[in-house]
Amino acid sequence: MDQKKQHQAEANTSIDRTAEVWKALEEVRDPEIPVLSLVDLKIIQSVEVAEDRVKVEMVPTFAGCPALNMMRNEVVAKLQSLGFEHVDVEFTFHRRWSTDDLSEEALKKLRAFGIAPPVRLTLPEAENHIERLQRAVAQPVVCPFCGSTETKLDAFFGSMLCKQLYFCMTCQQSFDRFKPL
Amino acid sequence: MSLTIPSHIPLEHFKRFVLSMADDELVLGHRDSEWTGHAPILEEDIAFSNIAQDEIGHALVWYTMYMELGGPSPDEMGFLREWKDFRCCHFVTYPRGDFAYTVVRQYLFDVAEQVRLQGLLSSSVDALRSVAEKLLREESYHLLHSQGLVERLGDATPESHERMQRAVTEAFPQALGIFEELEGESFLVEAGAFVGNAALRSDWLKEVVPVLHKASLQAPVQLEAENVKVLVSPHEGGRRGQHLEYLKQLVDDMQQVYRLAPQSQW
Repeated sequence: MDQKKQHQAEANTSIDRTAEVWKALEEVRDPEIPVLSLVDLKIIQSVEVAEDRVKVEMVPTFAGCPALNMMRNEVVAKLQSLGFEHVDVEFTFHRRWSTDDLSEEALKKLRAFGIAPPVRLTLPEAENHIERLQRAVAQPVVCPFCGSTETKLDAFFGSMLCKQLYFCMTCQQSFDRFKPL
Repeated sequence: MSLTIPSHIPLEHFKRFVLSMADDELVLGHRDSEWTGHAPILEEDIAFSNIAQDEIGHALVWYTMYMELGGPSPDEMGFLREWKDFRCCHFVTYPRGDFAYTVVRQYLFDVAEQVRLQGLLSSSVDALRSVAEKLLREESYHLLHSQGLVERLGDATPESHERMQRAVTEAFPQALGIFEELEGESFLVEAGAFVGNAALRSDWLKEVVPVLHKASLQAPVQLEAENVKVLVSPHEGGRRGQHLEYLKQLVDDMQQVYRLAPQSQW
């Protein structure tokens, strides 16, 4: 009986500990889009806790994103501050990263930050990824500043790998749109 | 070694394939980065700087896989290797040239990337499938960009047409060298790891020739019913390490700072 209780207690501790880790990770912000955490961005999708060890799997947004190392360091520092002796952070390609997986809440925060959120790629049925992208790029983009749809794509690329440059004809301002990926 | 591949795939040949992918990305990424601050318009300056960053990021993905197969670290591969040990095709090593040449090279390479990565989506090797799925999404933006430029510049003005046509004539035989057969690739094809360069080249031709033609640009090919007959010989040798001096100059430039203090932490 006692042994059973002890097992139960250990299991509870592990669940509490895991929740604590997720909560802490929600405080680790994207270095370039600080309104979103690495959890909001689905860069962190899995956490495993075992005694003084924690393993975090991270899924890169863009493979060439220069902030990846900084994110890793911040995650390690955060989890060490919770008292974990061993923090393993692993980048993986086995899990998918797509802007389609971002929550409505995350998209709202992006818009409020002045970045037009990505459109959903899965909405239009298309033969292949290129066609999906073409349809996504052809959809009207709402200016995050004035709400106008009188906007045009200025460049497929922008100031960061995950952004592209738009121009709003109504308020005459350039703005960034998060690339649908 | 933290990545294992099915035992019937010869490791040495598999590694050679991974290296060819990595080196193409790194070297073209470096060439693209040479436009930072020099492109004819700001949007293109930003575009090529982004593309360079993407390609070098993709090189890192492939070099990491190479390391996980028992190779040296990505930094050692990029910054301490002799130029003759690179296995990129000649195509990516040519100087950036006229902006028209850069556009055409990028387009021809972007289509090659599409067919290569598409082909890997059905690979028998898990790691190749997940990497291809990831990179393909990012590379698609490169293709939308470069194909858009080819379509617009091909017949925009007499000058743009002439410069683009000159670029196509120059770049086409070089681009065919992307598909130079790798030593031992038949083992990989047999094992279903990848579809093989002959098949990729044929997919590539079917895609690029009509797009160039629609942009009023002539590729050195003859169309015979279903087949595309190529009238020029490909620039090969890169996959065997027989490189042009251009690569030596590029590697010297790229490695110069790292070699000054190889132990430095960046």
